[in-house]
Amino acid sequence: MNSVVRSASFILACAIVAAGAFVGARAAGNDYVFFAGYTVLQFVVLATAWNILGGYTGYVNFGSAAFFALGAYATVFFHKFYPLPVPVLVVMGAAVSGLVGLGMGYLTLRLRGAFFAIATLALAVVLQTLVVNWNYVGGARGAYVIRPAEVEGLSLPYVQYLFLVMLALAVVAIATARIIEHSRLGYGFAAIRDDELAAEASGVPTLRLKLIATTLSGALMGMAGAPFPYYIGYLQPSSAFALEYAVNSIAMPMIGGTTSWIGPLVGALLLGTLQQITTVTISSAVNLLIVGVLLVGFVILAPNGLIGLWRRVSVKR
Amino acid sequence: MLSYDLLLNAVMAGLLLGGFYAAVTVGISISFGILDIVNIAHPAFIILGSYVAYIVNAQFGLDPIGASIIALPGFYALGAAIYQVYYVSFEKRGQDALRGLAFFFGILFITEVGLVLEFGVDYRYVQAAYIAQSWHIGIVDLPLRMLVPCLMSLAMLAALQIFLTRTFTGRAIMAVAQDQVALQLMAADPIRIKRIAFAISIATASLAGAFLIIIQPVEPSIGRDYIGRVFAICVLGGLGSLPGTLIGAMLLGIVESFTATFYGPSWAPAVSFGLLLLTLAFRPMGLLGR
Amino acid sequence: MTALLEVERLSKRFGGFVALDEINLSVAAGERVGLIGPNGSGKSTLVNCLCGTLDNEAGTVRFEGRDLAGQSAHQRTRLGMARSFQLPRPFASMTVADNLKIPLFYAVNARHTPALTEPEVAARCEELLALVGLLDRAWRFPRDLTQIDMRKLELARAMATGPKLLIADEAMAGLSNTEVDDIVALLIRLNERGTTVILIEHIMRAVMSFSQRLVVLVSGKKIADGHPDDVMRDAEVERAYLGQ
Repeated sequence: MNSVVRSASFILACAIVAAGAFVGARAAGNDYVFFAGYTVLQFVVLATAWNILGGYTGYVNFGSAAFFALGAYATVFFHKFYPLPVPVLVVMGAAVSGLVGLGMGYLTLRLRGAFFAIATLALAVVLQTLVVNWNYVGGARGAYVIRPAEVEGLSLPYVQYLFLVMLALAVVAIATARIIEHSRLGYGFAAIRDDELAAEASGVPTLRLKLIATTLSGALMGMAGAPFPYYIGYLQPSSAFALEYAVNSIAMPMIGGTTSWIGPLVGALLLGTLQQITTVTISSAVNLLIVGVLLVGFVILAPNGLIGLWRRVSVKR
Repeated sequence: MLSYDLLLNAVMAGLLLGGFYAAVTVGISISFGILDIVNIAHPAFIILGSYVAYIVNAQFGLDPIGASIIALPGFYALGAAIYQVYYVSFEKRGQDALRGLAFFFGILFITEVGLVLEFGVDYRYVQAAYIAQSWHIGIVDLPLRMLVPCLMSLAMLAALQIFLTRTFTGRAIMAVAQDQVALQLMAADPIRIKRIAFAISIATASLAGAFLIIIQPVEPSIGRDYIGRVFAICVLGGLGSLPGTLIGAMLLGIVESFTATFYGPSWAPAVSFGLLLLTLAFRPMGLLGR
Repeated sequence: MTALLEVERLSKRFGGFVALDEINLSVAAGERVGLIGPNGSGKSTLVNCLCGTLDNEAGTVRFEGRDLAGQSAHQRTRLGMARSFQLPRPFASMTVADNLKIPLFYAVNARHTPALTEPEVAARCEELLALVGLLDRAWRFPRDLTQIDMRKLELARAMATGPKLLIADEAMAGLSNTEVDDIVALLIRLNERGTTVILIEHIMRAVMSFSQRLVVLVSGKKIADGHPDDVMRDAEVERAYLGQ
């Protein structure tokens, strides 16, 4: 009973912070805040989603772009029939990506973690090839998705609406991560990460839990991808499957810290904002180089991320 | 109605391609198959090798394969350095596999982006006398730009196999995969042996890179296409076996060649990765594995 | 009386190497069985096959009359078989107390008995830690424990699964005499509470004082099975195991 109350108050707190962020963004008076903010929030979702599988259970997913792109292309697919409202598309993106995550997990999770990681890389390329060859969703040329000027019912410019949607998704992702962390499931995940063999011997159904993690992680990434076509207006495979999604989904949690929901959030906010600045002031290639260097640097020098450093500093005092 | 001509040439092209793929993969057979290090950055080093060959070829007109042989010591040193960092940061600390994978992913990324910043995204190619030529044996075409790398690759594989089975260091490398304690009792330092092995694996990337840029023009991002191919071949052939690597490479080469001939080249990346997924799902010990 | 554990013609190969050759073993409920054999004789392989970590190619393992073929390791643990690992494998990111929560959440609470509530889980943790003598270190992390404490944690975690059969795999290697006696006493206490125990050990003192029955494994074959004193006098055992 106690934990339900705690979870509910956490979600409430998140919602309040999110609402505050939205009000603050509107007060800035500049549309750019919404565009940049959308991207940063997208990374919050992706990083948190990645961490549920990578940080909590220790299974590395190199194919975050695949699950993200599946959500985006599900939207394009359905958009051709009838322009559905974004929340519906989000649910569909989650369902598609979640199912693919489940399927891939079922095929590869019985193997060692290294093979799973390689398989996720393979998945990303296979899916990209499939999409490139599928003309219905635009193939290599890409697909236009016309963004409505305004949302029905709310007198909001569309980009602000998308920002709001992504805020909501960020709250969902973070709340999910935190609830898992403090639940029996979270203990099971940690046991798998620490020592899968011992976990299995202690009664943990490791395959089932790993499948849950993969499905959940994939679904959240698909959710993040679903509104993307509306945000960007013109969806090409090269942008949907961009390497920056794969590297950022890994770099942000590893730099922030993988053991708790705070790590991906901190990593995404810091790194995401840094990247917005670098891309605009220097170049997007240099920006990616910085991310790569930071990732390698943190992995070698501060394996527990910024949170780990913070903990060490605060213990010394 | 299947043309015999087309079929035979598809098979031949597949075999030549497979020979080349074996050179690309042998580094992973050593680092992943024998040392159990998941070096997913290996294709990036191959691309690096391609660019080195390109620079030397453009500046001095040297044959790309010759250039890559000159570059071997440099790549060897690079491999030794990377292994040292990897060992001190991860293996020694007993860190979980996650960090090691993230490390190599970061290196893959840094190398690719670094090359983009230095050379841009234009395709680069090398000049050599034999690249445009082609031998014809009956109805079979043997383009020299495929044949030369394939033959050199087979030579490299043979040399490595002899090294691994006939020399003390080579046998120590094979042994370190199985029993570090026994190796220590033989008065060989396992860490040094592993470092040598990893350095060799990166050195092969230098040659493989030269082969690559002879076969096709190169730009920084094509390394990623090779990740799946390399691991598919490694798993298919059974980890750590050089003959297995060759067979797996030939198999993949033929399957890809057929797909390209009869369905179109845009499906080629999916072939290797699809094969990898299937192998991992149904026969992860490989065709020749126990 | 049906045996608790029935092993029939269990065999396991690794490539060409025969690790276990047609092992037959029967353990009755409440017994204290010792299992000895030289290094490489297949003891750990046997444990792994019994507990589902490895697949045996041939033979059957029956627990409480039920064939375990196809049951994964966690399912066998839920059925009541527990093992401790030769080299302790604690959950490094969790405290000592939390290490015990895993089997309580996933083995005990997964059975068809009413699930333990949070306070009950905490109480059970305390009880187990007190039993092995780790209560004052409940909030430490495994990396801060001594060797013997890690062994105790390993045993406590196996015991936390609420097993009917506990297989203790070389839990005492490298411990001092008093520490060995501690662990033997612990296992006997456990047995008195109703848990059947198979003790795999090299330390003969512990094995002799603990076992009601002694089984000897050499090169993958069982060469003796009976009362400890009789087994130790057996000529083949002397030759194969002790004689050198």
